[in-house]
Amino acid sequence: MSATGASAYRLGLMACHTCGKLARPAPGAHEGWCPRCGASMHFRKPNSITRTWALLIASVILYIPANVLPVMESSSILGSQTDTIMSGVVYLWVSGSWPLAIVVFVASVVVPLAKIIALAFLNTSVQMRSTWQPVQRTRLYRVVELVGRWSMLDIYVIALLVALVQLKAVATINAGPAALAFAAVVVLTMVAAMSFDPRLIWDPLENNDGRAHA
Amino acid sequence: MAEHTPESDNLDRVATAREQPKSRWSFQIVWLIPIVSALIGGWLAVKAIMERGPTITVTFQNAEGLEAGKTKVKYKDVEIGMVKAVTLDKDLKRVVATAELVKDFSPHLVEDTRFWVVRPRISGGTVSGLSTLLSGSYIGVDTGKSNKHRASFAGLETPPIVTIDTPGREFTLRSHNLASIDSGSPVFFRKLQAGQVTSYQLDKDGKGVTLKVFVNEPFVQFVTTNTRFFNASGVDLKLDASGIEVQMQSVVSLLLGGIAFETPDDNGRVVTAATTETPFRLYPNRAEALKNPDTDLAKFVLVFSESVRGLAPGAPVDFRGVVVGEVVAIRADIDPKTGQIIIPVDVNIYAERMRLRSRIAAKAPEARQAFIDRLVDKGLRAQLRTGSLLTGQLYVALDFFPQAKKAPMNWAATPTVLPTTPGARQELQQAIASVAAKIDRLPLDEIARDARTMMGSADKLIRRVDTEVTPDLRQTLQSGTRLLQRVDVEVVPEAGQMIVDARKALVSADRMLASESPIQQDARSTMREVQKAAHAFRMLADYLERNPSALLMGKKEDTP
Ligand SMILES: [Zn+2]
Repeated sequence: MSATGASAYRLGLMACHTCGKLARPAPGAHEGWCPRCGASMHFRKPNSITRTWALLIASVILYIPANVLPVMESSSILGSQTDTIMSGVVYLWVSGSWPLAIVVFVASVVVPLAKIIALAFLNTSVQMRSTWQPVQRTRLYRVVELVGRWSMLDIYVIALLVALVQLKAVATINAGPAALAFAAVVVLTMVAAMSFDPRLIWDPLENNDGRAHA
Repeated sequence: MAEHTPESDNLDRVATAREQPKSRWSFQIVWLIPIVSALIGGWLAVKAIMERGPTITVTFQNAEGLEAGKTKVKYKDVEIGMVKAVTLDKDLKRVVATAELVKDFSPHLVEDTRFWVVRPRISGGTVSGLSTLLSGSYIGVDTGKSNKHRASFAGLETPPIVTIDTPGREFTLRSHNLASIDSGSPVFFRKLQAGQVTSYQLDKDGKGVTLKVFVNEPFVQFVTTNTRFFNASGVDLKLDASGIEVQMQSVVSLLLGGIAFETPDDNGRVVTAATTETPFRLYPNRAEALKNPDTDLAKFVLVFSESVRGLAPGAPVDFRGVVVGEVVAIRADIDPKTGQIIIPVDVNIYAERMRLRSRIAAKAPEARQAFIDRLVDKGLRAQLRTGSLLTGQLYVALDFFPQAKKAPMNWAATPTVLPTTPGARQELQQAIASVAAKIDRLPLDEIARDARTMMGSADKLIRRVDTEVTPDLRQTLQSGTRLLQRVDVEVVPEAGQMIVDARKALVSADRMLASESPIQQDARSTMREVQKAAHAFRMLADYLERNPSALLMGKKEDTP
């Protein structure tokens, strides 16, 4: 872990993403194709910071309709109803299902937002070449990546309900426009987390030899 | 570090990556993602805003059945919105329901759009809103026709009787009072239900009631400017000079009250279809309604000296069976000079109904006065007459009494006094009085005394018959003979054959019972004779017992 240790980057080597083969880039180049399997090779994920920003901005934009628009439209003989995520949470809370309300609120509102904020923080720190608490930041990244695929539980619940409750005459449930936005937010944050290169956290700690770049 | 050198060697043996053509595309293309998501987000937002319908507020007396987020707004049973909030207004007098409606409905939110709460209710014999027992109350809507947009409404407390798209037309009726009419009361035309009373309200001056009635489509064409609306509630029982009149539209109107309309024959009047603005009066009953509206009124005063008990305002003035006017007012005046009480009766004569052959002459007042002068000169007089012996109601009759005293008209006075003549009732009373006087003069006391004497002697006679008929045959027979003789003389000869028979039998029995008679030789025949006599006598006694009047009146042929 010490700054004195050698890294592939410092030695001018890139690892293949697919087969792990080490190779040095052609002179003057920063990337290339793996001489063994032909996959693309980079020192660092290309344009990581820019891509992460783009994806984060996209997910922030879609986060708003995802929470404001109805996520579920249900209709039964007693009338039809549209629910947003928050109205569902409120309903669960008022009807006494506090644990469920908390689960849905955390999974659908808090986690995606926390993920976006965390990634934005990591990306900013990397962009500013911060050397502050690299271990903690790396740990944060691991959490973000881990949680990512389990967030937005309700999307899965709605997908299940839509598939199951289609008793035309009695009751139907349809996904509202917010469901699409929610799914997009899930995918975009996951991709944003993937496009972030955690190695960049450590780069400012190495001696800058002039080869580092974003 | 021993392995340092080989590491450097190994590094030298690392393969070189194949060169990649330089491309800045990936850097550019990544920004498409936020742009696309911004577009999607923007589109969703615009769509949401575009689809968001108008928000309205409706006030109600109470919030029964209204629940935020649950209560729906329905038009023709189609859901068009949802109540979002139910609050109290500032002075806590009403509740305010805020509802969000679908976008398509916003053109229909105009001034006369009506909202009400549909709850299960039972009123006026109808049950409505039963479905709300299951689904909960909802707010019903009826669209208006106005062009003025509106977003806050005062909700109706009861559902409207007719919706705006019901084919037909509304009419306004003015009435003195509401009688038994209510919202929803039926309106009849020829005893068919043709509409309903939609609303009523007290006039601002408090002097009457204005009703709105809705006449449905096929019937609306029969409502003309000449149409009369009248109260048809329940049984209209009228006691007046013409006797008893019973009118009834239907059992429904008996229970709910009702209005009927009828269009009298248009006597040459210009008749056009009525509009909503046409003013109509609600008459208290059919007879009142179908009276001709007489415009050309001639006012007269009739002065009666006799009692006008039984004469009421509205009583007809009749000319040989034709109603030509009505009594307007009855007063009682004391002449301060003479102290005499006179009863002036104001009447309206409908000049139209006594049309002159020459209408031009009738139009000019002088000509009319001259004409009436001539009639009075010929003996035209007003007289009180009994219309119905049953009710004792009076009416005023105009007729000619050629023997009547001359009574010149004084046209200077207003209203003019039309001469009268004592009523037929008065004559009748006089006749009855004279009959009574005659009866009074009859010697009833004497007649009674005579009758009593007569009865007394009859009584005595009967008692004598009773006491003197003894078991002693002989004595009895003698007495019987005596009696019969007396009866014979005292009683009318018509006492009958029976008496004759009895006497014969008695005489023969008497003779046979004498000691020197040959009765001993033929006891059997004697006994037979006695038996016969006894039988005849018993029959007489029986008869007299049953019909003592026979002593007076003689035996009737048909009596057994
Ligand atoms: Zn490879």
